[in-house]
Amino acid sequence: MVFYVIRRILQAIPVLIGTTFLIYFLVFAMPGDPVAALFGDKQPNAELLKALREQYHLNEPFIVQYLYYLRDVVTGNFGTSFSGQSVNAVLADTIPVTARLALMAVIIEMIVGVAIGLVAGLRKGKLFDLSSLVVSLLFLSVPIFVIAFIGQFGLGFKLGLFPTTVGADASIPRLLLPAIVLAASLVAVNIRLTRGSVIETLGNDFVRTAFSKGLSRGRVIRVHVLRNSLIPVTTQLGADFGILLVGATVTEGIFNVPGVGQTLYQAIIRGERPTVVSFVTVMVLFYLVVNIVIDLVYAVLDPRIRYVK
Amino acid sequence: MSSNTVPRRSAEHFVAPVSETPVAAIDQVKLDDKRSNLWTDAWRDLRHRPLFWVSVAFILLFIVVAIAPGLFTQVPPNSQCVLGNSNGAPTAEHILGYTKQGCDVFSRIVHGAGASLSVGFLVIAMSGITGALLGSIAGFFGGWVDSVLMRLGDIFFSIPYILAAVVIMSVFAAYVNVFVIALAIGAFTWPSTARVMRSEVLRVKNSDFVMAGTALGQSRIALMFKHVLPNAIAPVIVVTTLSLAAAITAEATLSFLGVGLPAGVMSWGNDISDAQTDLRSNPATLIYPSIALTITVLSFVIFGEMLRESLDPKARAQR
Repeated sequence: MVFYVIRRILQAIPVLIGTTFLIYFLVFAMPGDPVAALFGDKQPNAELLKALREQYHLNEPFIVQYLYYLRDVVTGNFGTSFSGQSVNAVLADTIPVTARLALMAVIIEMIVGVAIGLVAGLRKGKLFDLSSLVVSLLFLSVPIFVIAFIGQFGLGFKLGLFPTTVGADASIPRLLLPAIVLAASLVAVNIRLTRGSVIETLGNDFVRTAFSKGLSRGRVIRVHVLRNSLIPVTTQLGADFGILLVGATVTEGIFNVPGVGQTLYQAIIRGERPTVVSFVTVMVLFYLVVNIVIDLVYAVLDPRIRYVK
Repeated sequence: MSSNTVPRRSAEHFVAPVSETPVAAIDQVKLDDKRSNLWTDAWRDLRHRPLFWVSVAFILLFIVVAIAPGLFTQVPPNSQCVLGNSNGAPTAEHILGYTKQGCDVFSRIVHGAGASLSVGFLVIAMSGITGALLGSIAGFFGGWVDSVLMRLGDIFFSIPYILAAVVIMSVFAAYVNVFVIALAIGAFTWPSTARVMRSEVLRVKNSDFVMAGTALGQSRIALMFKHVLPNAIAPVIVVTTLSLAAAITAEATLSFLGVGLPAGVMSWGNDISDAQTDLRSNPATLIYPSIALTITVLSFVIFGEMLRESLDPKARAQR
């Protein structure tokens, strides 16, 4: 197990270097002089320009600049946003909100997705199965911002069930509508996956054995079918996290949730490229870490993975 | 993992006595009859599925709309916008009403189809071909070629592609057109195609008929093109169809975020983005382009799902 953990972390290092290099290269390729952009229309004096170039290592070759950037990323220094706050301070304020929202969305999605997928799998080919197919394909196709607007307009504005925007007070009841929207964008994949997995598990010999030794249908489904069907669903959580990051950007923007996504959304809209880059870097790092953690958890759950070369 | 140790599920072998075996029937099989293969089997299955035909009809409809929008509306989408008509209700000539700028909603939807579809097709032209090529090379040659290509793919795969596209689009904000946006999406979606292609090539490479080909002295290149690729391509086509749908959604999402096509270009994403400020007073201008977008994506998703279910015997059994 220790070897697996070390190998998995070592594998992540080239990916980390590659992704940060890629992001940095894109920013480096950005046309225009970043120092001149700081001054807007004003003409700064040459001394000041020179001093700033020195300060930001702009005179160094590309690869040296990248190494400075990598050092900053590794030491957790992501620069300052346009408003002058350090990105770290902004992150400290916004991450708890986004984490709460994401967790709520994942819990809703898991409960609804697994429940519908299980019933659809057990009633293969029946009306419930077919309607769950139609509904999940529909949710798979509707872009998240459309779901968000329909939720905001229908549930929030017309029916008045939820507040239409969240604002500064991001408590759990106020985050419910954005969390449902976020969950709706993920639930389709979960339903399909659970259904397929349930159907496959039902065909196994151990299920037949469980029935033939006289266990009740409820117990067979709970203990034998559901537990074994959940393995692929758990793995999918890692891939979901990427969709969740993008979804959070859009949903938080629309519902005015003061989280990481909304800060990124605002930065995109205002064209604050350096802020966009810092936030995307942070999100990608998160994504990498979460996927490593999920792989490790998965290795704990399923011993076969640890031993495969 | 070796595959030959997996026991076949519920395998019951029934061997009929020789006297009962209809040998005559075997003799009567015409060898020059049309041979059945994966694709003819899939086609025989697909033909009878109404959902498949519905999705094909919608895809064809949207392609025709994208190529010749003039056939569907006589109203120019950009000129003849009268601010007096701002957010106006539908009339006989303007069946879906007016936008905030007083333009015809229906006409803008019809003319916006081109942007969405061309981004979708350009993305699969770029990332589908790149992914299939790199994936088949990695799978077929193996060794260090495989390691290098797949680690490279891991790097691109580790950045959620919409976030990557946001960075690229904010870098190239000045030069945005359909090609740039397709490149921004395609540059980060090819690894998923490459992974599927690679695993399929690996599966096919170890089958008996490829070994037979090697034994008969066929060259590696001929083997690859004549035997491996045709047998490995089916899941790749399915993934490509689904990624086309994802690319259309991605384009709309980028336009919605304000880093997609420039404001002057007609696209569903831009129209939805423009309409969001008037969501409460005039939801129609937001809902109609959203419906068009959803139906397009849904058609490609259903088309892909139907293909997958028909091409994959395991999925066919799950129905």
